[in-house]
Amino acid sequence: MSPAVVLAIGAIGGVGAIARFLLDGAVSSRLGRRFPFGTLAVNLSGSFVLGFLVGAALSERAYDVLGTGLIGAFTTFSTWALESHRLGEDGQLRLGALNFAVSLVLGVLVAWAGRELGAAL
Amino acid sequence: MLVAIFVGGFLGAIARAGMGEWLPHDPGTWPWATFAVNVVGAFLLGYFTTRLQERLPLSSYRRPLLGTGFCGALTTFSTMQVELLGMLDDGRTGLAAGYAAASIAVGFLAVLVATNLVRRTRVRA
Repeated sequence: MSPAVVLAIGAIGGVGAIARFLLDGAVSSRLGRRFPFGTLAVNLSGSFVLGFLVGAALSERAYDVLGTGLIGAFTTFSTWALESHRLGEDGQLRLGALNFAVSLVLGVLVAWAGRELGAAL
Repeated sequence: MLVAIFVGGFLGAIARAGMGEWLPHDPGTWPWATFAVNVVGAFLLGYFTTRLQERLPLSSYRRPLLGTGFCGALTTFSTMQVELLGMLDDGRTGLAAGYAAASIAVGFLAVLVATNLVRRTRVRA
């Protein structure tokens, strides 16, 4: 990875983090914060797009920047784990487990759908 | 605040990409790089969030910088899903199930340990 690609990953990763913050806020303000719908929306849309990028067979450099940089930073594992833990702490153990299960199953499914679409185009 | 998220995201994304270079991943094997950044990121987010909410005075930039920016971008959900998809393609269902279960279990445990670590520390006057 050249220094230019590393810098590009950082810069576009910063943009991905801001995009996550904005989408999370928009979804949470509409659907409420009883269940972490914002993070779910971020992670599922990002998994779809990353699947699409894999299916579209980008060059290695383009995938490093768009896939690893943008979508990698846009989606988040740590918030997913934290929100599931906090749901459990608030006595919503079932919702926490549901958050893990639903994200995981739908995540693989949309990644597959995105990859099919990327390969077909 | 957006600047703090950007700076954190910049550093987190580069750290994750660096880990990916250091521990390259062959399809069909355990993705150590993604697993490591996700577990470490979950631990750090649990630590930062608990400390910032329950221990430190209100700050306008720390949570966006460290939590939303750095930990959010250091960890990744989408890469994990694509890795799982690749394992399922290869018929390695056991590996996929093990990777998913271990990521969730160890990620959850990391948040739990970090949270309790902060709460056990006495509040100084």
